[in-house]
Amino acid sequence: MGADPLSRVFAALADPTRRDMVGRLAAGDATVNELARPYNVTVQAVSKHLKVLADAGLVSRGKDGQRRPVHLEAEVFDLMTKWIERYRREAEDRYRRLDDILAAMPDATGQGESPSTSTTYQKGSSS
Amino acid sequence: MTTKTHETEIDIDREVPLVRITRDFDAPPEKVFRAHTDPDLVMKWLGPRSLQMRVGHFDCRTGGSYRYKHVRGTEEFGFHGSFHEVRPSELIVQTFTFDGQPDEVALERIVFTDLGDGRTRLTSTSLVDSFAARDAFVASGMEVGIREGYERLDEVLAGSD
Repeated sequence: MGADPLSRVFAALADPTRRDMVGRLAAGDATVNELARPYNVTVQAVSKHLKVLADAGLVSRGKDGQRRPVHLEAEVFDLMTKWIERYRREAEDRYRRLDDILAAMPDATGQGESPSTSTTYQKGSSS
Repeated sequence: MTTKTHETEIDIDREVPLVRITRDFDAPPEKVFRAHTDPDLVMKWLGPRSLQMRVGHFDCRTGGSYRYKHVRGTEEFGFHGSFHEVRPSELIVQTFTFDGQPDEVALERIVFTDLGDGRTRLTSTSLVDSFAARDAFVASGMEVGIREGYERLDEVLAGSD
């Protein structure tokens, strides 16, 4: 389990079959056999996909005897959504600062078009 | 001029390991472009507010390169990359690498689209070579609250038996 939790969730959902399975589980719990049915794959292949989803915390297995239905952990899903929202807010903050800079910049349409675009860099300070 | 706040849109692609950020600005492309190429201006907005940005060099032209650091107390986060293609008021294609992971590189494409009436749409995409790297990258954008986020995830994961 080297990867961080977020990466496990994203990686689990990177596969189209697993996303499809998650979509079906969103409608309700299902057994491994039920999940395998619509795909041209073996129960073993489905079990492999489920293990990836379970390791990411996205699904759990019920304790209902032999059936052991698969259950989607909606909370983990929601959390991922929140994570993306945070990333969005970071970008939003950055661009609001850019809004301020742009508002403070003189209009460069006139003759004063400053050639300073890339002259300010100091050469030689990189290692 | 009325200060309108525009929505920043994030698109986490499911098929390709990239993140796309889209945002409109009340300024013409030339200005938005200059705010991306003049290091004195870049310093004022690029880094998170809690960190101080120090530019080593920033040579924003085709074939140029950059190196800068975000500094907080004794903590330093360095980044560097090359400017692959720079076309005034239109396009910047650059690489982006965190000094701490020199083998990892993101390919960034910043497109400045003229919306007319002195407005610009900025579309910024970052492409990496694996979903795991993309996701770590998304997580690293969250300077604030990342630890809290992980704790929360741990809690949720612990709660789901």
